Amino acid sequence: MTDTGVSAGRAMMLIMHRDLRLSFRRPEQLLQPLVFFLIVTTLFPLGLSVQLSLLRDMAPGVLWVAALLSSLLSLDSLFRSDADDGTLEQLALSGQSLTTIAIAKTLAHWLVSGAALVLVSPVVAIGLGIPVSAFATMLLGLSLGTLTLSWLGAIGAGLTVGLRRGNVLLSLIVLPLAMPLLIFGAGATDRAISGTSAAGALYFLASLCVFTSTLAPFAASAALRIALD
Amino acid sequence: MWTWFYRLASPPHVYRVAATLTPWFLTAAVFAIGYGAIAGLVFAPPDYQQGDAFRIIYVHAPSGWISMFAYSTMAVAGAIGLIWHMKMGYAVAAAVAPIGASFTVLALVTGSLWGRPMWGTYWAWDPRLTSELILLFLYVGVMSLRPAFEDGNRGDRAAALLSIVGVVNVPIIHYSVLWWNSLHQGATVAKLGQPLMPPSMLLPLLSMMLGFMCFFGAVLCMRLRGEVLNRERQATWVREAIKS
Amino acid sequence: MNSAVDGLCVDRVHVWRGDRHVLKGVSLELRPRELLQVAGPNGAGKTTLLRVACGLLRPEQGSVAWLGKSIASTQPEYQCALAYASHEPALKGDLTALENLHFMVGLKRRAAVAELRDCLGRAGVAGCADLPVRVLSAGQRRRVVMARVLAARAVLWLLDEPFTNLDAAGSALMSGLLEEHVAGGGLALVVAHHDLNLRAAQRRLELQ
Repeated sequence: MTDTGVSAGRAMMLIMHRDLRLSFRRPEQLLQPLVFFLIVTTLFPLGLSVQLSLLRDMAPGVLWVAALLSSLLSLDSLFRSDADDGTLEQLALSGQSLTTIAIAKTLAHWLVSGAALVLVSPVVAIGLGIPVSAFATMLLGLSLGTLTLSWLGAIGAGLTVGLRRGNVLLSLIVLPLAMPLLIFGAGATDRAISGTSAAGALYFLASLCVFTSTLAPFAASAALRIALD
Repeated sequence: MWTWFYRLASPPHVYRVAATLTPWFLTAAVFAIGYGAIAGLVFAPPDYQQGDAFRIIYVHAPSGWISMFAYSTMAVAGAIGLIWHMKMGYAVAAAVAPIGASFTVLALVTGSLWGRPMWGTYWAWDPRLTSELILLFLYVGVMSLRPAFEDGNRGDRAAALLSIVGVVNVPIIHYSVLWWNSLHQGATVAKLGQPLMPPSMLLPLLSMMLGFMCFFGAVLCMRLRGEVLNRERQATWVREAIKS
Repeated sequence: MNSAVDGLCVDRVHVWRGDRHVLKGVSLELRPRELLQVAGPNGAGKTTLLRVACGLLRPEQGSVAWLGKSIASTQPEYQCALAYASHEPALKGDLTALENLHFMVGLKRRAAVAELRDCLGRAGVAGCADLPVRVLSAGQRRRVVMARVLAARAVLWLLDEPFTNLDAAGSALMSGLLEEHVAGGGLALVVAHHDLNLRAAQRRLELQ
């Protein structure tokens, strides 16, 4: 007979461990969104202006839009590969709640996509003329923002996981919900560049992050339940 | 006490109720919009600042309000469908979506037309218009999600979940756009809503609001009947209803 | 009204897929030491029935009960008591067979690596334990799935076409494992096209 079961915490560690291991066995798939991030931020200077002083005004917006778009690229794969090979069903039958599964997978996904983006952002920031004094705000803002985006993306990915061409629909669903993120995140960086206090914007970003982190796992697990039907 | 609610789970009942309500809504809409339009467009005095251009508020404000109300209705109907497994909830949500989206477009177009005499441009990123635009994107997302599923029931449930997630975000989006706009004042000073108005201006506005609501109700009932017929097309009562 | 309080009871289940009425009031009962084979033409709803029995699919009408209690209310306990093998071998191609097993069994109970290797051995793929699943053949993957079902130590087996891709030796092994499981007090609900010819007590449910 079976034992009494495995705690949710241990299950989350197992799932995160598996997902991270799978990600690192395909390192090229980890790098693609990061390269996309770099390419998109290169497009703006090419399309707009060479002068760093002019770019600096646009820099927060450009940085955040590029971060949003490259995160969206990787979000589609959050649940898709598990749904395609049948392992999502096995996860749903593992005795663990779908919420636990959604939390673990989203966190693992953020570690390899959002967190990686945050690490690369100083390179991009230099290219856009953002002064080093604004880096702390930028890094903090991007960390909170990419985490919130991962949660929103988990809801969108759960809703679109079984669909063909789901990735376009995913962007359509997630981007409007992500607009407050963009507003506060770019706003915070902008204020840091101009020297005024970015605390207000950062607090809002943090509260958005907490709010989304609390509610999104339930919405994502409800979406997965619909997808599994 | 809740029997009226549980009876709404029955498609033929909903079909009949919607048929009964439609003419009432339509009559009320005609009278309210009629009074509001004549009183507002003809008799109300011109605004000292904007002249006659402000009159577009009689269409713009009600359509903006209905666009938000319709989204909430869609979310609540979807929630009823999810919680009580009532298929009629999904039918209402599906019926409301295009109506709400149309009112959103109307609000955007009238807002844009208002912008021309006010600011000299057809578009300005002021908080209300920007919020309306994002609301339109939310509508498009929900309306695109439902047909993407082959199984209609899964599509209904996914769309209901998305509209609930959206409705929670609407106040957040509204506030963040307001904050963003207050930082970037620029050339646009938003005065699309007039908080203090004399009765000669206010009464027609309220009447238009009421009229638009009744019109919304009438169109919703008509679309709902169509939705019910489509979803229940296999049932025998539908064949009877079509014959009669 | 039948009610198997010591096993699985599916009671008058209806499932619609869009306009198609896939399962029309299907009922079944399964007690310990029994094997029920679900058969029928393609599209009859065999896989759908199995998924309803697992709890993955919620039927529009009807209920499923395990040990007398509805599975909707006892989901974690029920899921720990069952092992489900779908038509596809649900394995991650980039992980080794052993890693796959360790993860999937590890969500339900703590299992020692030695025990998992032993299960792979019983399924005849001990040599594949440290190979990534994507290099294994279809038959070998099916055997890894067999090992997973063994390692889960579940009392209820829900198997969808477990004999696909297996050679004669593999089929004989699968049959042997089923007989052993049922003889040891287990329950098995198996979707299979051909007759199973097992020594265990078996019944057959034909879906239209």
